[in-house]
Parts: sequence; C-alpha cells; structure tokens
Amino acid sequence: MNFINWSKQNLFANWKDSLLTITILYLFYVSIPPLLNWVFLDATFFGDSKKDCTGGGACWVFINVWIKRFTYGMYPNDQIWRINLAFVIFFISIGSYFFVSSKIKKYIFIFLTVIFPFLAIFLFHGGSLGLEEVETRVWGGLFLTLFISVFSIIFCFPIGVLLAMGRRSNLPVIKYFSIGFIELWRGVPLITVLFMAAVMFPVFLPSGTNLDKLIRVIIAITLFESAYIAEVVRGGLQAIPRGQYDAANSIGMGYWKSHLLIILPQALKIVIPGVANTFIALFKDTPLILVVGLMELLGMVNMAKTNPAWLGLATEGYVFAAFVYFIFCFSMSRYSLSLENKLKTTN
Amino acid sequence: MSKIIELKDVNKWFGDFQVLKDINLTVSSKEKIVICGPSGSGKSTLIRCINRLEEHQKGDIVVDGMTLDANTKNIEKIRSEVGMVFQQFNLFPHLSILDNCTLAPIWVKKKSKKEAEELANQYLEKVQIVDQAKKFPGQLSGGQQQRAAIARALCMEPNIMLFDEPTSALDPEMIKEVLDVMVDLAKGGMTMCVVTHEMGFAKEVADRVIFMDEGSIVEEKPTDQFFNNPENERTKLFLSQILN
Repeated sequence: MNFINWSKQNLFANWKDSLLTITILYLFYVSIPPLLNWVFLDATFFGDSKKDCTGGGACWVFINVWIKRFTYGMYPNDQIWRINLAFVIFFISIGSYFFVSSKIKKYIFIFLTVIFPFLAIFLFHGGSLGLEEVETRVWGGLFLTLFISVFSIIFCFPIGVLLAMGRRSNLPVIKYFSIGFIELWRGVPLITVLFMAAVMFPVFLPSGTNLDKLIRVIIAITLFESAYIAEVVRGGLQAIPRGQYDAANSIGMGYWKSHLLIILPQALKIVIPGVANTFIALFKDTPLILVVGLMELLGMVNMAKTNPAWLGLATEGYVFAAFVYFIFCFSMSRYSLSLENKLKTTN
Repeated sequence: MSKIIELKDVNKWFGDFQVLKDINLTVSSKEKIVICGPSGSGKSTLIRCINRLEEHQKGDIVVDGMTLDANTKNIEKIRSEVGMVFQQFNLFPHLSILDNCTLAPIWVKKKSKKEAEELANQYLEKVQIVDQAKKFPGQLSGGQQQRAAIARALCMEPNIMLFDEPTSALDPEMIKEVLDVMVDLAKGGMTMCVVTHEMGFAKEVADRVIFMDEGSIVEEKPTDQFFNNPENERTKLFLSQILN
C-alpha cells in the first residue's frame, strides 16, 4: 500500500513523469540483464588458457592467469614476497594507527613518514644486506602505480603548500619565482613533461652520472602536480579572513608560526575536496608513464592483451583495470569526506 | 606615573589618503583612555599602529621603551606585551577555547603545556567561561566569544590592552557581560586604550577621553571635563548625538 502511494506520488504523478519512469525502466530492462550475463552468468572464471573460455560472457581466466603480472609487473616471482612484506607492514601500521593511544600514534606517524619510505625502497630495490638487486625497469603493475602515486603525493603536497605561500609573499623574488614555476608546469601537458624527464633530462646531466628513470619520473610528476596543489591551497589561503592574521600577529606570532599554527590548518581544511581531487587525478594519470617505457597496471594490461595467446580480450582487461582504479579512487574520495567531517568544528 | 606609550607627530597614509595627521599622545602606566569619534576618523588605525598591525610612515611610536620600526625582533616583543581585542573577536575557529588561550603562551613564550593550561583556566575563570573551555568558538555566543578573546589576550600577561570596538559586533543584551569584564580588568590596574562608543563605560573607568575626527585628535580631556564642558564644536555635536 505504502509503495503504491509512494510511486503514485513520485513516479507517476502526471503523464510526463509516467512516460519518463516507463522509459527508464525499459532502458534498465534492455541493459542490465545482458550486462549481468556478460559479467557473471555466462562468464568463465577458472582455467589456464583462452580455450577454457567457452561461455558467451567475459573470459575472466585472462585476469586470473595474468593477475601476478598485473599486480607486480615483471618483478621476479621468487622476490615478490618483498613487495608483499612492505605492503603488509604499511597496512598494519596504518591500521593500528586508529586503535592505539595518541602517544604511540606519534611513533607510528614518525615511522611511516621517516623510516618506512626508506625501508620500502630498500625492500623493493635490494642490492645489499643479502637482498638481490631488482632493477626498477622490471617494476610494474599495480605495485608501480601505488609506488609512484604514494611518493608523488608525499612530495608534491608540501612543495605545493610552499608555492602557494610563496605566491602570496611580499618578497618579490619569492613571489615571482612561485608564479613562474606554477604557470610553467600548469602550462604544459604531463605527457611532454614525462617525455622530457626520460629523454631530455639525461642530456643535461654530467656524463657518467645516471639518475634512475623511475626517480626522474617521480620528480617530474611531483613538480607537475605541486603546481596544481599550489593553486588549490592558494584558494584556501585567500578564504582566511584578514582578522585571523591580525589576531595571530597580535599575540606575538611571526610569519611561520602564524602560518603553521593558525592559517594553514584552517586553509587546508577548506581545500580538502580540491586536494583530494588533485590526488585522484594524479593517481589516474600514472598510466601516462607508458610513454617512457614504464608499465604500471594499465600498461601491463595493454601488454597482456597483445600476447598472441590471449588476443581479443581487451575488454576484460580494461574492465578489470577500471574496477581496480575505481576502488582506489573511491577509497580516496571517501577518506577525504570522512576527514572533512572529522575536522568540522562548528555545528 | 611613567609613560608607557608615546606617540610623537605620527602620520599615516593609505595610498593618497591621510588617515592619521600629526598624532601626539602619551599614555601613562595603568592609565585608561577611551578613544571615540565618528567612523572613518582613524581611531582604529591609531590603536592598530600601537602594536604595529599598521605601519606608520612618519613620526615616532615608543611602547614600553621600545621604538616601533622595521626591526621585527622588537615588533614581536612588543606584540607579546600588548594584548589586543578585536571587533570581530578573531578567535581561531579550528581550536577549542582552551587551545586558543594556550597557543601563544606555549609557542611564543615557550611555557610548558601544563603551565599554559593553568594560566588559561585562571583567566577563563576571570571572564567566567571556564565551563566552555572545551568548546569551539563556533559553538559560543558572541558575548562569550569576545570574553574568550579577552582571556586569550590576557594569557600573554600583557602590560597594555588595546580594545578595538569590542562591543560593536554584539547583540545589545551581550554588551554588558563584555563591559563588565573590561571594568573588572580596569579596576585590576591594567593600562587600557579602548576605542568604543559606550559612553557609560567611558564615564565609569576612563581617566581621559580622546575625540578624533578626520585623522586628528580634536579634543583630549580628563573624563568629567570631556563630558561636562567639551570645547570643540564637533565634540559637542558628537556627544549630543551619541548621548541621546
């Protein structure tokens, strides 16, 4: 009874509403069953080769067989435990962060920001203390996606904040340097920046020195994204009323103290949606490293689909890649939302 | 009584517009002065110059023996000795009332957290909002916020307190609770410069009243003389308008 009343009011209130409702129901009817059939009912999940895919639906065997390459790239199979170990440590420390007292929280934070990056790089790269060296050119898959994203995000955020402050500085040198830097990086496409980092940059290095390609790429993405972060953060800085600067100054705080304790905490809270937006865009831009020969998740999918034994399975590969990207991007978006709510200080 | 603030021929311009014209003013230790005048007369700018939230372009300002100039060390020192209360409260919205009060003692005066909290509680008690210490500014009424702002300034244990129209942004029923705190502070012997239109407050606590118009000090008199026989025509007009 309730449902009939509700639908009368909301779905069939007049002839236009009814027409729309019926059209949409029809569209659902024609699109959803075939989709479900393809993804689940007619799909093949288990097997070893393309020949096992006899149903009319998706051939998830492709993903199943290639999942190791999609996750770890060309990283040697017997060394994969190093990546897993690093990620287990990472997730355990982040997970435990939410359950311990604030005193231990401080140590976990220091561990994650100061010690863990080096530990992770050591585990991934090896080359000493009995760990076999694994060159960065065989790194790939989702592992590489996360590696590049995490390091670029960690570095580009503080640089972006400094640039935003620099652009508002009263000192002309700092101000115009910041403006120039931001406009330069915002004015060029990421793909050309990556290309420059890989091809042009080594030309300027003194001969004999060699900076790993992956490092060059991370530096390029970091600088590129820091320009975007800078403009987002500048928007937040502009939203802080003059009175907050006055109040901070009036109790004896100089430039750095007032910014670190008063202005930035408020400004950054305002720009959480914009910063999350930039980070998500950064994450989704990582496939572009394909142009310099590095293959993260999408790159590995691209490579696998051209394998002669697995031709014609591009759809499955791209659907899978899209699904994985979605999970990470959606998590970031939810996290930024929860952060916003947590930091709310008014009713 | 010893001089604590001294302004000599102070001039200030905003672009081409001269906001302060040859201001001469001396305030003694423990003296309370009220500055009044029509809006745009430069009274807020004048007290903002005393802790250098505004720079003056000509003349000398000496506060507690220190000359205000480009020397930033001096400025920060003076600012931690001169408390200021603003029309718009300017509490830090991301911090609780208690943290608003302890921030500067901890980071500027390098006090321990415990020491700073004791101090903050003492002053929050004094302005009667110690029970609101854990709340955020956005959860308080205007009057409570302004009292918290006074407590925040007092936590730096200043020698001088500047008030820039502290009751102008408040609903009428909250003005009294803020003025009561200020009267209390005045009786405790604080040196105070107050920009306000609250003539009742001026009559009760001020030693001297200063009337400004168009960037100049037009009249400067002990309180009872100021109200009973003002000399300048503009002062008379202002008083007749504001007292009725």
